[in-house]
Amino acid sequence: MLVSRIPRTLAALLAGASLAVAGIIMQTFVRNRFVEPGTTGTAECAALGILATTLFIPAAPLFLKMVISSGTALAGAAVFMLLVRKLPPTQPLLVPLTGLIYGATIFAATEFVAYEYDLLQYLSVWMAAEFSGVMQGRYELLWVSGAVAVLAYFFADRFTIAGFGQETAIGLGLNYRQILIIGLCIVALITSFTIITVGMIPFVGLVVPNIVSRYRGDNARETLPLIALLGGTLVLASDLIGRLINYPYEIPVGVVFGVLGTVVFLWLLFAKPARNG
Amino acid sequence: MARKFVLLSLCALMAIVAFMVLGAKGNWDFILAFRGKKLVALICVAIAISIATIVFQTLTGNRILTPEIMGFDVLFRLLQTALIFGFGAMSYALLSPELKFLLEFGLLSGAAILLFGVLLGNGVQDLFRMLLAGVILGILFRSLISLMTRLIDPNEFAALQSAFYASFNRVDTSLLMVAIPMIVVSCLYAWRKRHVLDVMALGREQAIGLGLNYRKELFSGLIIVTALVATSTALVGPVTFFGLLVSAVSYELVKSHQHGPIMVAAALIAIIVLVGGQAVFERVLGMGATLSIVVEFVGGLVFLYLVLRRVRP
Repeated sequence: MLVSRIPRTLAALLAGASLAVAGIIMQTFVRNRFVEPGTTGTAECAALGILATTLFIPAAPLFLKMVISSGTALAGAAVFMLLVRKLPPTQPLLVPLTGLIYGATIFAATEFVAYEYDLLQYLSVWMAAEFSGVMQGRYELLWVSGAVAVLAYFFADRFTIAGFGQETAIGLGLNYRQILIIGLCIVALITSFTIITVGMIPFVGLVVPNIVSRYRGDNARETLPLIALLGGTLVLASDLIGRLINYPYEIPVGVVFGVLGTVVFLWLLFAKPARNG
Repeated sequence: MARKFVLLSLCALMAIVAFMVLGAKGNWDFILAFRGKKLVALICVAIAISIATIVFQTLTGNRILTPEIMGFDVLFRLLQTALIFGFGAMSYALLSPELKFLLEFGLLSGAAILLFGVLLGNGVQDLFRMLLAGVILGILFRSLISLMTRLIDPNEFAALQSAFYASFNRVDTSLLMVAIPMIVVSCLYAWRKRHVLDVMALGREQAIGLGLNYRKELFSGLIIVTALVATSTALVGPVTFFGLLVSAVSYELVKSHQHGPIMVAAALIAIIVLVGGQAVFERVLGMGATLSIVVEFVGGLVFLYLVLRRVRP
């Protein structure tokens, strides 16, 4: 139990919490409710980074892998931010759409490389989260990811202000560029840690902040702990469902959350405007 | 105009010859039968996807949506999986492939009309919402598929998996006998309706004003699209951006609003890309299965370009 159950539970909680935090940061910066690292190419870029490391420096220690994949994730997120700037603010739905296709394109490139070097199996491991491999000694990186999420809490106020937009934020005395870089670094770190240890869980970062903001508004300092808590709980619950629904076989948590998350997303997509007007 | 078509036909012919001849060694009787079957299947797929995309884009009144982006093909896969799930793998495997295909096609038409008829019935008001909903539906269907495949007994599933996953490289030729008549009938119908499609392309109000039974034409059009997408998916599996790539190139090339020339051009371009691409990748570069990935990559870029260009004044 100490070896497998407790680490597994903790891993699910940590991964869910930090992904949800990464999601809200991304949403604040892009000023769009429909984005998260998994749907905007950040996760795909991180996977590309790990793949590149595996290919060129096969003997690389875990730490180096992490650094490189965080770097590529950061680059991916930055490119996405640049892309978003080019989009007109009058078409908010264009942002997630661009993100999804951007991610798919990067993924196709990654897949091509992986196919050429017979690494497709690794790729599917990174992109579909599964906690069954989690044991003592194999998940500790997620603590770092959790720590990074806690770090985000200290910047919460500034993230909220940055969410008002560049002009307002600078007018309020915020170093916009600096806070943007910090935020993107946090997102990139969380994404790549999660991918290396358990794999990507799509839609956590998207669904959770949306649910919380419906009840608690958008003040990041107030909502961040709630978001983290809810993210962890939902991922843990999904893992449990995945484990029990077809006992003794397991269903990866990514698949369970993929079904739940997309349904919630569709609901948000069609319910929200009806409520506002 | 006529010169363009001659040129396109020549290119398509060259692609076909290249596919048949490149790297061919040994007994020609065998090669002709073996490659010929595959060639016919690829041409079927090319025609099916291109015509389906053009018709669908006219029905929805824009040139970015394609049936694949809206999740048609994944929906087909989902129904297949659901059937296996319902029947159990063994009894499913015992059904004849033709019967299975017709059953699946019937179900798909029903589901597609229900889903997309409701979404599209009153014309597309908010294009980007539709697009996003389609992409998300695609992800949802995919997740449901992997959920169901995990729920099926792994041993049973493994027995089926090889038959289940076709690609450009491993075309499922056992279905050709159903696929060919299906595609021929659908294409003939689309060809006969090309002037109706011209009218529908003017928009819903104008088309109704000109005396078209819009609803009826919309539904019959959707059935054609469904038939074509189902056939191509059964043959080679889902391909998201291929149709978009082909239709974008053919609009660019033909510069006409008449569906006759556009459909012919799109079919020819699709054959060039698919057959020619497969010949180059499989025989020259020796990496058969990657053509679909490259098509996805290029198609994705085209999509981004189209979307970004559209929002600019």
